Amino acid sequence: MRRRRIFGKTVIYLLLVLCSAVFMLPFLFMLTTALKSSAAVLTIPPKIFPTDYHWENFGDAMRMMRFWTLLGNTVTITGLTIVGTLLSCTLVAFGFARFDFKGRNFWFLILISTMLIPGQITMIPLYILMKWLGWIDTFKPLTVPAFFGTAFYIFLLRQFFMTVPRELDEAAIIDGCGPLRLLLYVMLPLIRPALATVTIFTFMHTWNDFLGPLIYLQSDHVRTLSLGLYSFQGEYVSQWHYLMAASILLMLPCLLVFFLFQRYFIEGTTVTGIKG
Amino acid sequence: MSAMTRKRNITGYLFISPWLIGLACFTLFPLGYSFGLAFTDWNILEPAKFVGLRNFDKLAHDPNVRDSLKVTAIYVLSSVPLGTALSILLALLLNQNVKGMRFFRTLFYLPSVVSGVAVSMLWIWIFEGNYGLLNTVLSWFGVKGPQWLTDSKTALLSIIIMSLWGVGGSMVIYLAGLQGVPRSLHEAAELDGAGPLRRFWHITVPLLTPTVFFNLIMGLIGSFQVFTQALVMTGGGPGNATLFYVLYLYQNAFQFFKMGYASALGWVLFVIILVLILVLFQTSGRWVYYEGEALAASRPKRRRSRLARTGGGEGHAPQTDIR
Repeated sequence: MRRRRIFGKTVIYLLLVLCSAVFMLPFLFMLTTALKSSAAVLTIPPKIFPTDYHWENFGDAMRMMRFWTLLGNTVTITGLTIVGTLLSCTLVAFGFARFDFKGRNFWFLILISTMLIPGQITMIPLYILMKWLGWIDTFKPLTVPAFFGTAFYIFLLRQFFMTVPRELDEAAIIDGCGPLRLLLYVMLPLIRPALATVTIFTFMHTWNDFLGPLIYLQSDHVRTLSLGLYSFQGEYVSQWHYLMAASILLMLPCLLVFFLFQRYFIEGTTVTGIKG
Repeated sequence: MSAMTRKRNITGYLFISPWLIGLACFTLFPLGYSFGLAFTDWNILEPAKFVGLRNFDKLAHDPNVRDSLKVTAIYVLSSVPLGTALSILLALLLNQNVKGMRFFRTLFYLPSVVSGVAVSMLWIWIFEGNYGLLNTVLSWFGVKGPQWLTDSKTALLSIIIMSLWGVGGSMVIYLAGLQGVPRSLHEAAELDGAGPLRRFWHITVPLLTPTVFFNLIMGLIGSFQVFTQALVMTGGGPGNATLFYVLYLYQNAFQFFKMGYASALGWVLFVIILVLILVLFQTSGRWVYYEGEALAASRPKRRRSRLARTGGGEGHAPQTDIR
């Protein structure tokens, strides 16, 4: 029995290590390619590890793709989107969770249904709307809608508000607290984990967004990192060491956010059932 | 209406007003507009021309639409089931009582954290025929791999393989589902003499079906909307081998400037997704097990009937007694 258990454990660990290797190998390959010289990238037979390490590839790639401009644009868009999403979604979710206004269930049903509408349907009229407003080539088409709420995050926050006991509101109201103060001072501190989840998901989504910037941003000076990397690929075909260095730079903030806030990631994913 | 009800109504609507405005401007208005556009011919520069149902007629006979529907269907039908199976297997592996589970969970989850153009770039390089990682690893075993992305026979397969790298997200959801299965159920069944396989099939699987159902819906919606990989990695080629539906829609709208036709394509996509979701919901009663009586675990009599019920997942006669 004992021997069988040890055998079972060994098999499990072997499988775990094997799967981890498969999942991690692409990351390793990306990093070692980024550190190779241009000649070492294209040798036959290919070697995974370089003989000498070229850390300057990162600096070179950054210069070539005009990294700092792109980073500034991406950070601005992501930052504004996060602020807008947090502001609007908290207010709306609080409204849905705490006020029995007339027609609440109807509007909530509409909110849920809008989640099923594929973005590709509204994409064309929205483009025309933004063009008509003169917002093409600005950050506005990408950031302004965030200030009017995102159905999914409203839903998520509303679920969290519902878990806060009503007695707390009542006590606060008896103490003379208005709805806004109730939200700010009583509710928000209690749903901080949910706000963290929304922030992280919005960050990941906006940071990696490609279709939005591709449609709305055309000039070089407003481009995001995703767009920059896409056109970098066209200019530096098969300069894989630079392309991988640039890709790492693009992924790094996401990986960093993940390692810093891992708890919220896994909680958020399991509560909502979506990935960031 | 009392003053208090009126005040509550006003406050409620004030709080949800940002979303109501957004709903009107960024969802309902575009939706109506897009519906109207679907019946026109419009290249943005000249005024739109009403063409009736001609866009839909053209769509039905467009070989590119046929190809893109085929590509998308193959992708959905392989990537969603494979991803589901793989993430459940990985979750089962992690759910074994082993030391270092958190560490392995992080490693498996990590690829699903990154997405977008950078990931597509990485996988172009992995699939590169002569120097890429995949063919290098294959060559260690004496296998000569194909030119993955530039061969029309393997291009779509490559994108499916790539999608499996990101199963960590759904794996974590299944892992949470597995950890929610009460130990007492397993213990009771074990006392009744059920082996591990049988317990898995009759306890774990039924309790996991709501999670599977939810993931299936999310996976379905996501896989229908593949865009970045297709544009960045293959541009739809070679030939039409990876012409995903949304990519073709994008090309029509923003490269050929056929706004009316692209809107019609969008509505067809919407209808397809809606029908599939409805079908899934309709059939869900037959295979999704809702945990209404889960609390029965503490009551021995109900538990027996529960185990018996789960025996007949596919509609055949339920096993009446687990012993």
